Amino acid sequence: MPETKETVSPAEAEVERWERETLAPTIKKNPETKKRFESVSLEEVNRLYTPANISDQDFAKDISFPGEFPYTRGIHPTGYRGKLWTMRQFAGFSTPEETNARFKYLLEQGQNGLSVAYDLPTLMGYDADSPLSEGEVGKCGVAVSSLSDMEVLFDGIPLDQVTVSQTINAPASVLLAMYLVVAEKQGADWQKISGTLQNDILKEYIAQKEWIYPIRPAMKLVIDTFEFCNQHVPRYNPVSVSGYHIREAGATAVQELAFTLRDGLEYVDWGVRAGLDPDRFVPRISFFFNAHNDFFEEVAKYRAARRIWAREMRKRFGSTNERTLKLRFHTQTAGVSLTVQQPLNNIVRVAIQALAGVLGGTQSLHTDAYDEALALPTDRAALIALRTQQIIAEETGVANTVDPLGGSYFVESLTKKLEDGALDYFRKIDSMGGMVEAIEKGFPQREIQDSAYQYQKAVERGDQVIVGVNKYEMDEESQIPTLVIDESVRDHQVKRLDQTRARRDAGSVGNALEKLKQAARNAENTMPATIEAVRAYATLGEICSALRDVYGVYEEPSF
Amino acid sequence: MDSMTDRKIRVLVAKPGLDGHDRGAKVIARALRDAGMEVIYTGLRQTPEMIAAAALQEDVDAVGVSILSGAHNTLCPRIVELLRGQGMDDCLVLLGGIVPKEDVSKLKAEGVAEIFLPGTSTEDIVKFLRENVKPRE
Repeated sequence: MPETKETVSPAEAEVERWERETLAPTIKKNPETKKRFESVSLEEVNRLYTPANISDQDFAKDISFPGEFPYTRGIHPTGYRGKLWTMRQFAGFSTPEETNARFKYLLEQGQNGLSVAYDLPTLMGYDADSPLSEGEVGKCGVAVSSLSDMEVLFDGIPLDQVTVSQTINAPASVLLAMYLVVAEKQGADWQKISGTLQNDILKEYIAQKEWIYPIRPAMKLVIDTFEFCNQHVPRYNPVSVSGYHIREAGATAVQELAFTLRDGLEYVDWGVRAGLDPDRFVPRISFFFNAHNDFFEEVAKYRAARRIWAREMRKRFGSTNERTLKLRFHTQTAGVSLTVQQPLNNIVRVAIQALAGVLGGTQSLHTDAYDEALALPTDRAALIALRTQQIIAEETGVANTVDPLGGSYFVESLTKKLEDGALDYFRKIDSMGGMVEAIEKGFPQREIQDSAYQYQKAVERGDQVIVGVNKYEMDEESQIPTLVIDESVRDHQVKRLDQTRARRDAGSVGNALEKLKQAARNAENTMPATIEAVRAYATLGEICSALRDVYGVYEEPSF
Repeated sequence: MDSMTDRKIRVLVAKPGLDGHDRGAKVIARALRDAGMEVIYTGLRQTPEMIAAAALQEDVDAVGVSILSGAHNTLCPRIVELLRGQGMDDCLVLLGGIVPKEDVSKLKAEGVAEIFLPGTSTEDIVKFLRENVKPRE
């Protein structure tokens, strides 16, 4: 006889008993304050999680041990007991001289990796003297227009000892070339240097929107860097697949997870199609996630990310190499969560977000400074941000044990829920033909815009509380000092550009740019020609403009 | 014809400069649309000249400019100047984004009607437009 009655597990029976005997009388006397409790992603959160919520999970298969498939509990068997995460504060403003001084200051204060923020003209591939750069030089990051600037930026910083992460995307291959030439001039061996290039162009079309070329040639440039690094700079990470900006643009946790990992799979797919061996290049793909306010949702997100990546790499590419299966990631606290109002409160937000990153097993971390909703950080604010990490690492004891939240009914259940949500998105994106096609259709862009709007509505209704903004407001005058970037930065940068142009050999610049165009037209790897152009002191603007001539520019359709 | 009841408020939401952070611009555009206004979004990286030309062509009552990069002191006064130069004397210029308090009074003196800082409710922006857009003859 087929069974018609649904079986109730002993755990479920116990929950029902508790609800009836203990919960119901309490709720009758003291009702809960809200009908629906929800996360910052507007997902409903249950009152209580019990073994009944994780009965569909198998310890060995789904949760397992750190350092073992599917890496839910981390990629290192010893967690942070062997090595703490890298404290890598993102910095860059004004001239290369000023940023170089900030880098040296941060290294003296115990920071162990560098991370460069470039200004908008650099991110868009324009020189400081372009009319489009007016008002923007050195404002949101450091201005770099040629190898001359890069030499100043890393002056006195040994690139074979310090790892540097560069946040640069559309013109990433050019900045990588500048970095490699500076390293070479310092006498560093390319075989030995390490570092990370963000170089994640897909999320530019999805969220951050600092693009230059159309999507497909831009993807080709990314694959060129994979291939080049694979051969010549084997310890370098040529891409950091970024959910950070996707989240900042308004995505929910599950959208951040889904779109980022699906972007990662797309890069692997393109690399494989270009003839690269996944077990050689995938271990050098790293990820970059946001750490938002909802503590448990974030911890679960990082755990789910590792599990999904390991399973998908195995399923889609048949990988067995554990370095290919292990997802490594950087975390940055959520800039979007910082408030202009009562700015010192941001120190607390950042500490809690950073703790989520650590409990999620991040490999490196940037903590935002409390003044970043107002301007780029002052020295003092940047120092408190670094100290926040040091307090978490060395005072709280959270790094003493591996994956301390593993086994929590809530966290394991949420990890599974986020995984399932991401896989639903994968199915939709796969059915469109892949991530490039989904982006061309505007799919992730629309999903994120919609979430951003729903969140804003929830804030305006008061359902999502922002302390100091829609609750506990105060009349206050902003009294914290902020960093002001002088308009004279542009003059300073233009002067160095003029000197560089006067000093270099115009003939070799012209030849190098012509060679680069040839390489681009013939679909050859563009990296060798880019390096040659950089060595000849061709400017960033000139190199990007040569590639624009071949590839054209991206125009965003209206979604 | 009663212009106040028949004509919807028309707003150009504009994103000048190199910055690509358009979350705010898109949320505002949708909120104004939901409030019954006609909204035209320029897309990214518009020069002040392109914005002024679009404002004239679309015959808008207000231009809402979103800037997070710190380039507002260069871009906003130029947009105001171009609008006035083409005879759009009543067209309001609103600015939203990361703007230091020191810059607010200076921008207002240069003709920016209002500056909305982070944390502003979209309802406040709707209210401001309803109260300040001049009725058409």
